[in-house]
Amino acid sequence: MPWYKRTYDWIERRVQLEGFVKESALHNVPTSTASWWYVFGSASLVLLILQIVTGIMLALIYVPSAGQAWNSLEIMNHHLPLGWFLRAMHGWGSNFMVAVVLVHMAQVFLFGAYKFPRELTWLLGVFMLLMTLGMAFTGQVLRFDQDAYWGLGIGASIAGRIPLVGGQVVHLMLGGPIISGATLTRFFALHVFVIPGALLAFTGLHVWLVLKLGVNEWPVPGRLVRRETYIKEYNELAHKGIPFVPGAVWKDLVFSAAILFAVAFCAAVFGPYGPTGTPDPTIIQTVPKPDFFFLWIYSVLSFLPPAMETPFLLIVPPIAIAILLALPFVAGIGEKSWWRRPVAVFSLMLIAVSWGVFTHLATYTPWSPHMEAWSGAAVPVKDIIHTTPLERQGANVFQEKQCRNCHSIGGLGGERGPALDNVATNLTEDQLYRQVLQGGGNMPAYGNALNPSETTALIRFLETLRPNYEPAAADASRGVAQTGTIPPNSTTRAGQGQHKVE
Amino acid sequence: MDEMLPPPSPQEQESRLEQERVSRRTFLMWVGVGLNAVVALAIATPVIGYLLGPVTRSNEYRHWIEIGSVDDFHPGETKLITYRNPFSNPWDGETANIPAYVRRSTDGFTVFAINCAHLGCPVRWFSESQLFMCPCHGGVYYSDGSRAAGPPERGLFTYEKKIENGKLMIEAGQMPTLSNKASNSPCPGAQPAPESASLVTRITPCPGTNAPTIG
Repeated sequence: MPWYKRTYDWIERRVQLEGFVKESALHNVPTSTASWWYVFGSASLVLLILQIVTGIMLALIYVPSAGQAWNSLEIMNHHLPLGWFLRAMHGWGSNFMVAVVLVHMAQVFLFGAYKFPRELTWLLGVFMLLMTLGMAFTGQVLRFDQDAYWGLGIGASIAGRIPLVGGQVVHLMLGGPIISGATLTRFFALHVFVIPGALLAFTGLHVWLVLKLGVNEWPVPGRLVRRETYIKEYNELAHKGIPFVPGAVWKDLVFSAAILFAVAFCAAVFGPYGPTGTPDPTIIQTVPKPDFFFLWIYSVLSFLPPAMETPFLLIVPPIAIAILLALPFVAGIGEKSWWRRPVAVFSLMLIAVSWGVFTHLATYTPWSPHMEAWSGAAVPVKDIIHTTPLERQGANVFQEKQCRNCHSIGGLGGERGPALDNVATNLTEDQLYRQVLQGGGNMPAYGNALNPSETTALIRFLETLRPNYEPAAADASRGVAQTGTIPPNSTTRAGQGQHKVE
Repeated sequence: MDEMLPPPSPQEQESRLEQERVSRRTFLMWVGVGLNAVVALAIATPVIGYLLGPVTRSNEYRHWIEIGSVDDFHPGETKLITYRNPFSNPWDGETANIPAYVRRSTDGFTVFAINCAHLGCPVRWFSESQLFMCPCHGGVYYSDGSRAAGPPERGLFTYEKKIENGKLMIEAGQMPTLSNKASNSPCPGAQPAPESASLVTRITPCPGTNAPTIG
């Protein structure tokens, strides 16, 4: 007997795991589950393991101190061999993990896999999703750059909206009165010990349930889930099926390899995430933004009316989580196939499209003033050529008073307010004066920031903004007042559409 | 493997348990469980205090600090200053340097927090247009701190301030959010109104400014 066989026997005699492992690997699964649609769960597990391994690598160097964390990341990026690559692997691994977990969840939802008897598997999965998102957020904090600092500020501002105990929650979250070293160390503890520990325990139980209850069979329209008969039907399907190894596992293995390669590829090509500027709050020339998978929240927060914001932030997330948790109990039996579950399919599509739109909006944040537009974006030559000195002075005022930060002309400038390329065709002189001085429609009043000559110059400039010789907006009543007569062909003169008053 | 003793069958286990249900051993086991519970409780209770440490000290997070001489600030000017957070540890590094805006007008001094009243991002002062603008979600404030546009539901947070021996002092310490003391006076100069905790905040424009529209 060769030495390795003897060693194996010596160990196996003591740990006695062979039977369990063989049984787990060789148990029969329904043939239909050996599908490329069933690879996302195992890929999530592989990514979790990747994150743990790369995370330990980073922990060898990382210093969880507010004063030194950023420096230690810079040293990893620039001074340690492959330090940048491990950071990139961990960052991209995080992105891929969130993405794959979301796809896995969507697939489980579409295939009705959360129905009897797999309700608990789904519940654990919901908590695992929350933990995965929690890992992504706390990980972003550990990067401890400007985005992390102000991201914490946003988190604290949301927590501060909780009635009665908001202040205490903020101090608990920040580990003190303000974002500081204590904040970083508690997020370090969460990211490295608390959440991963819980996530591993939940993952173990989740996989155990998959082994015990079997992989969900491919849904067939008309094959309904009934509590009384399902187990028997499933066992028959599985009995006619194939062993998990190698029949189904080869696709898991191929996909896992592909995902790992994709992570490494992105890491090598796109490199690590940041760190961006140092976490120095006195550097206020910053435009904080969350990581990719939180961009949609950033968008939503800009669209809520002020009075709605606090109730929305405090009520909607618990309701959303409650709906996810209640799902297997509300729809635990019946049809599994997406062909017969239009509400499920359209809900998923609505969520996916909304998420995509909000995420896309957050990539260019049309609601934010462009802080450098007033000094950085030039007035197009076509808008000041053939203009009077006063109008040109108005263009100067337009730039100097930061109008450009919210209003674009020539495609450059902020998008918070409307583009002003043809404003003179929409607003009359009077309306321009009123809008500039009094504001309104989400525009601040500039009455206190402009003196009369500046205002006049600005309005003169704005009045030139009507391309292609389009006629300027005109107030009909003004013509009447000036000439003293009603214009010809006027509906007023003809009395068209009006009742004759006796 | 063959020489290993087989584990007791489930039936055997069940009958053994049944025999032991009321016995001295079972009683002693429960005594052991109880002892562990008592010890765990005795240890864990103070540890909860450790975990809640940042919360219980809430009232102490306010400290008067000097941010400059009165003459450093010119009338009509809004100036960005930084101060060292009075509750800092050596390892806080740069995070202990906190910025703020000091405005000196004819009415006296107002010290604004850097944090937007919406979600805490750093607002930037533009002296030309006399506006504070927030880079995150487009909150805009007038020079007196009142809300001008965007999602904030109130004006900028202000610090308590006083002048002693020609020095301007502020009560600094905590990050202003909608739930702490900083939220008490939405309109600069106005008397703080007693506010009850409510989920939906009604927006009332500050006196002397235009009614801002909801954005």
